[in-house]
Amino acid sequence: MLKTFSLGGVHPAENKFSAGQKIEVLPVPEQVSVPIAQHIGAPSEPIVKKGDEVKVGQLIAKSTGFVSANIHSPVSGKVFKVDNILDASGYKRQAIIIKTEGDEWDESIDRSEELVKEITATPEEIIKKVGEAGIVGLGGATFPAHVKLSVPPGKTCEVLILNGVECEPYLTADHQLMMEKGDEIMVGTQILMKALKVDKAIIGIENNKPDAIKHMTDLALKYEGISIQALKVQYPQGGEKQLINACISRQIPSGKLPIEVGAVVQNVGTTLAVYEAVQKNKPLFERIVTVTGKSVAKPSNFMARVGTPLNQLIEAAGGLPQDTGKVIGGGPMMGKALSSTDVPITKGSSGILIMPQEIAKRGKMEACIRCSKCVSVCPMGLSPYLLMTVSDKAIWDRAEEEKIMDCIECGSCSFTCPANRPLLDYIRLGKGNVGRIMRSRTK
Amino acid sequence: MNRLTVSPSPHVHSGDSVKKNMYGVIIALVPALAASLYYFGLGAAIVTITAVLSCVFFEWAIQKFLLQNESTIMDGSAALTGLLLAFNMPTNLPIWIIIIGSLVAIGIGKMSFGGLGNNPFNPALVGRVFLLISFPVQMTLWPKPIESQAHYLDAETGATPLSIMKEGLANGETVSSLMNHAEMPSISEMFFGLSGGSAGEIAAAALLIGLLFMLIRKIITWHIPVAVIGSIAVFTGILHLASPETYAGPLFHLLTGGVMLGAIFMATDYVSSPMANKGMIIYGIGIGVITVVIRVFGAYPEGVSFAILIMNGFVPLIDKYVKPKRFGEVVKPAKA
Repeated sequence: MLKTFSLGGVHPAENKFSAGQKIEVLPVPEQVSVPIAQHIGAPSEPIVKKGDEVKVGQLIAKSTGFVSANIHSPVSGKVFKVDNILDASGYKRQAIIIKTEGDEWDESIDRSEELVKEITATPEEIIKKVGEAGIVGLGGATFPAHVKLSVPPGKTCEVLILNGVECEPYLTADHQLMMEKGDEIMVGTQILMKALKVDKAIIGIENNKPDAIKHMTDLALKYEGISIQALKVQYPQGGEKQLINACISRQIPSGKLPIEVGAVVQNVGTTLAVYEAVQKNKPLFERIVTVTGKSVAKPSNFMARVGTPLNQLIEAAGGLPQDTGKVIGGGPMMGKALSSTDVPITKGSSGILIMPQEIAKRGKMEACIRCSKCVSVCPMGLSPYLLMTVSDKAIWDRAEEEKIMDCIECGSCSFTCPANRPLLDYIRLGKGNVGRIMRSRTK
Repeated sequence: MNRLTVSPSPHVHSGDSVKKNMYGVIIALVPALAASLYYFGLGAAIVTITAVLSCVFFEWAIQKFLLQNESTIMDGSAALTGLLLAFNMPTNLPIWIIIIGSLVAIGIGKMSFGGLGNNPFNPALVGRVFLLISFPVQMTLWPKPIESQAHYLDAETGATPLSIMKEGLANGETVSSLMNHAEMPSISEMFFGLSGGSAGEIAAAALLIGLLFMLIRKIITWHIPVAVIGSIAVFTGILHLASPETYAGPLFHLLTGGVMLGAIFMATDYVSSPMANKGMIIYGIGIGVITVVIRVFGAYPEGVSFAILIMNGFVPLIDKYVKPKRFGEVVKPAKA
């Protein structure tokens, strides 16, 4: 039976141009720029310097705290420099630049293709390995995975939920992973279940991927404790709060984490990375990236090394189209518009969406007509029209009262507004200010 | 290298617009317009055209000469106000009165508050109630359907079902005898519009088609129409059950006067109605209760316009205290 989350949501045009495109492994780039801040939490500290020789999978930057991540070299060669370069954030930030020589991997990595089903590691060993391998959420949030797996004392995990939803239009990376690496994802799921000490996992997949649902359902018969939940297509079903609500009908209370309702959510790409780290000793240094767009000659799903210049992926997809107006890192609802294509791929790069000129600019803003459509689509049950007004007038205590911090920034409100009002822009402004005020209280 | 646009997410839009919604409502009113032209012919045409043109003209003129800001007449909201105002009038209303009504609706009801989005009251109803109080005789003479097709100012007028019922009950007659009165239309005649009344309110069938259209196109949700119609049905149902010969039944009340037009097109005006579903239901029930109280216990035979305007006044209060259901408010301990 098809389930979905209970409040709000929208259904933007899916435009999955790259669906069904088999994963294409890109050639190793001549040079990579590996940013030290590719994850939520403290940036990593480089442990290599100019002139050092590195191998693929070698540790080149260390995690600097509990909520931080290790970074491993995606290529073999010589470190050219450690410098500030323009990255996808739009700012210049520190990165390790390596000139590639050959493709020599660290000896500890098992490069064989064969599936390793038996899980010999203990739960503690699994969490340790996941942390050492620098694994972060590959759905795009880049939250360090070992932190999620470390259930705080006093809380229990009842179920693991896997995010195979890919609710953003255009993106097909996770879809292709499920079709081509289904078994590995299943073993990865069992590894995560062992680490969390649960015997039940649910993989949520949206109904616009019937082949993935069928394939994964057939596979799940061979793996104990794993079931597939088909979901009605609705954005933002991939948001963990909405996904948990859809799969197990529980709502995370305001301000709390999924563990509060006994769930932990991981993206299927992250799960695959966990399999590779635990069973094959392979740290995270490459990922699948969808390159797509209406005018893109060859919409594709590439396997690319972290640090690869974006331009290389765009070239491989047929080059930057003539009518390009906007290049987005991520999906159209929550992705970030890039100011340049001269930036590197990072662990969080799920897709590159190239938009033509005609739809690159927003429509003209008009007065609010109080139609309440923004209220009816908000998946968190907020009143975006009101949050915009109080943020505009800087009434921060009212903004906090109206639960502005609950906003997950999915963009459904701005997407829907008939008057083209930049609701999310103002809400983000409000969240920044209210967050600052809330943090200063606890000091 | 192309110049890249950098703007915050989201980078796509649903394509919805103010225009689409306003014109959508106008399209939803086409069946009612067709019915009014069929039953009242010339009068309906003159009243409708005059009201729409006047409303659009006054909005244009006020924006150009008084406010000196950008014109919004193309978004369809002034035309819609004109259409709804016309549907609230008798079809033999003189042109000069229609023009005054349009000026009040647009000038006072809408522009003085700051234009579309800022009016606390439904502009068409502001215009209508102003005319009702200023020109009570002209606003309560109702042309007979079909017979007045070729007439305008000289149309022959007759009583409406509500006025027959109100006066009859005051004279001590019973509900059942009044329902069989010579000039009282049957229930099915009321449903299809063969009844006295204002231009747009007579054909419930046409209005319901409009409701269906708007629901499918997601222009409005079901909450307000269902709350208004439901509360009127329940309240009059209780009264009728308690004393069947003193109080007319629910079907009579639903199909007479401005209930259908009010519930579907007037109470659902975006700007003057609540923002949360729960609030919409409270608002709709308020309209229903006040309508019945005025009709049954008050001096006027009809109460929908007043009820809606009164509840419009309560909307800021409703919006302040009745919030939409939030995610995470109720933690359901469902089985994993």
